[in-house]
Amino acid sequence: MPMRRRLAFTVLTFGALAGAACLLAPLIGSTPLSLRRVFDGSVPFADNPDAQIFFVARLPRTLAAALVGSSLAAAGVVFQALLRNPLATPFTLGVSAGAALGAMLAIIFPVGLAFAGVSSVPIASFAGALGAVAIVYALATVRRQGLSTTVLLLAGITLNAFFSSVILFIQYLADFSQTFRTVRWLMGDLDVGSYTPILAALPFMLVAFAAFAVLPRALNLLTLGADAAAARGVDVLRTQRLSFFSASLATGAAVSLGGPVGFIGIIVPHLVRLLVGSDHRIVLPAATLFGAAFLIACDTASRTVMAPMELPVGILTALIGGPFFLWLLLRRR
Amino acid sequence: MLLADDLTYEHPPGPGQQTPGGVRHVSMEIPRGGIVGILGPNGSGKTTLLRLMAGLIKPASGRVLLNGRPLASRSRREVAREIAVVPQETRLAFDFTVLEVVLMGRFPHLGAFQLEGDEDARLARQALDETGTAHLAGRMFPTLSGGEKQRVIIAAALAQAAPVMLLDEPTASLDPGSQIEIGALLRRLNGRRQVTLAVATHDLNFAASLCTGLVLLRQGRVAAAGPTSEVLTREHIRGVYGVDADVSFNERAGHLTVVPLAQVGAS
Repeated sequence: MPMRRRLAFTVLTFGALAGAACLLAPLIGSTPLSLRRVFDGSVPFADNPDAQIFFVARLPRTLAAALVGSSLAAAGVVFQALLRNPLATPFTLGVSAGAALGAMLAIIFPVGLAFAGVSSVPIASFAGALGAVAIVYALATVRRQGLSTTVLLLAGITLNAFFSSVILFIQYLADFSQTFRTVRWLMGDLDVGSYTPILAALPFMLVAFAAFAVLPRALNLLTLGADAAAARGVDVLRTQRLSFFSASLATGAAVSLGGPVGFIGIIVPHLVRLLVGSDHRIVLPAATLFGAAFLIACDTASRTVMAPMELPVGILTALIGGPFFLWLLLRRR
Repeated sequence: MLLADDLTYEHPPGPGQQTPGGVRHVSMEIPRGGIVGILGPNGSGKTTLLRLMAGLIKPASGRVLLNGRPLASRSRREVAREIAVVPQETRLAFDFTVLEVVLMGRFPHLGAFQLEGDEDARLARQALDETGTAHLAGRMFPTLSGGEKQRVIIAAALAQAAPVMLLDEPTASLDPGSQIEIGALLRRLNGRRQVTLAVATHDLNFAASLCTGLVLLRQGRVAAAGPTSEVLTREHIRGVYGVDADVSFNERAGHLTVVPLAQVGAS
């Protein structure tokens, strides 16, 4: 199939899936809603409880899941291509650990960073993510000009371990209720409550996705190795920098919105590759749309399987993701 | 056509080496339509020289001229339209089909958001045909044998439509049959397509069978350079490799052959 048709077909198929998930997920819950009544234009919004529940109570959560899912899935694709490692995730380079540390500090030392209706925890976690990105980048570029992906990987893993132990240390010192809040944050929570946090994260995600739009062909060539890509005309350093910063930005924004929801960034890219092949021009849009649908489905399941109790979504994605990761590891040549 | 002018590039010693790697004050020329072999022991600077000539690394001093114009003054894409590179080994991080890998050679000819068109598909098909890999087009690249991979990567370099092709040990890990195949393929490309070739290799017989001229490197410097028959002598091999060898013209092969006899210590 010619490239143009493949691209159109993929975007339409996965787009329809993501769109259906966005529309259907808010209908499910303690009060079942009907799509017809939600979009019944003859009843004013004030007199339409279905529409109110749909748009005020449930849609923000669904949209948050969509944005977090697409950002993490797309960032996963980009990190895997950048590091030339199929087992890389958006959290491999320490972005999420930095975000977690920021969130921990904001929960345990509340200093009121709140700004424009966004509470201090997401702001602190986003700042933590940016801090981690800066440290990892500085380490990877300090030895010589250029970006060493090996050093990048090592620096990220070390930073992850270091931040994790700092987090444990802080949790150990904190009181019980604060520790519970921090643990709960680490499990991921998409119940954002309103549109405000979504609107706050969205600009950063849009910037990241604008970068993702120009990257795919260069990422294909990076698959061959840095030298081979350069020999075919790729500006390798520029591609690596753009990949690193845009994927980190998407990850940071996603984590500060929904917490470090694990495994999305590795399950979705690989599932999509199994379906559409490895060409990043197809994989990246497909993973973006499928990531949205996948996290919406996981979040819907997590709030319904044990209703009225709610299972943190991070537990569910990890339950699916752990075995998947192992399967992936074992089927590799 | 491609001219190295007094190139110097040093990097720290590699594993098992005492002296720093790289090249020092190396000048050489690859004439249009020629096949130049770059020979020398491990760590003598063959790969470094190829990477410098391809513009993949920048020399500390000296310059590379392509048709009289410095390489450094051109963008990566411009250089890639003129010079293709075939590395010793290609390992993909993800599974791409052979056709996809060959189409990647079209990168420097396409705009940022431009998709491959009919012309690109035609050139890719042609490159697959010329390298005898058309039957592999739909296969996943990582499932190919070493020789097949090398031919596919040469096909990708052909699809790049660059007049110069630089190859780094193209036969290093191949069995004798595949080596002969690659040699024949390169001769064909040089003859029919007028592709100018430079080949870094350890295989003196492969070089003798293929190259019109040789550059012999020793510790980053040019030890000898010139027509194959003048460079590939017993004295040069002894001086550069520290090996006593029998060099004779083989009637059936139609080229010089080298049989290493004993190690004598380089002078």
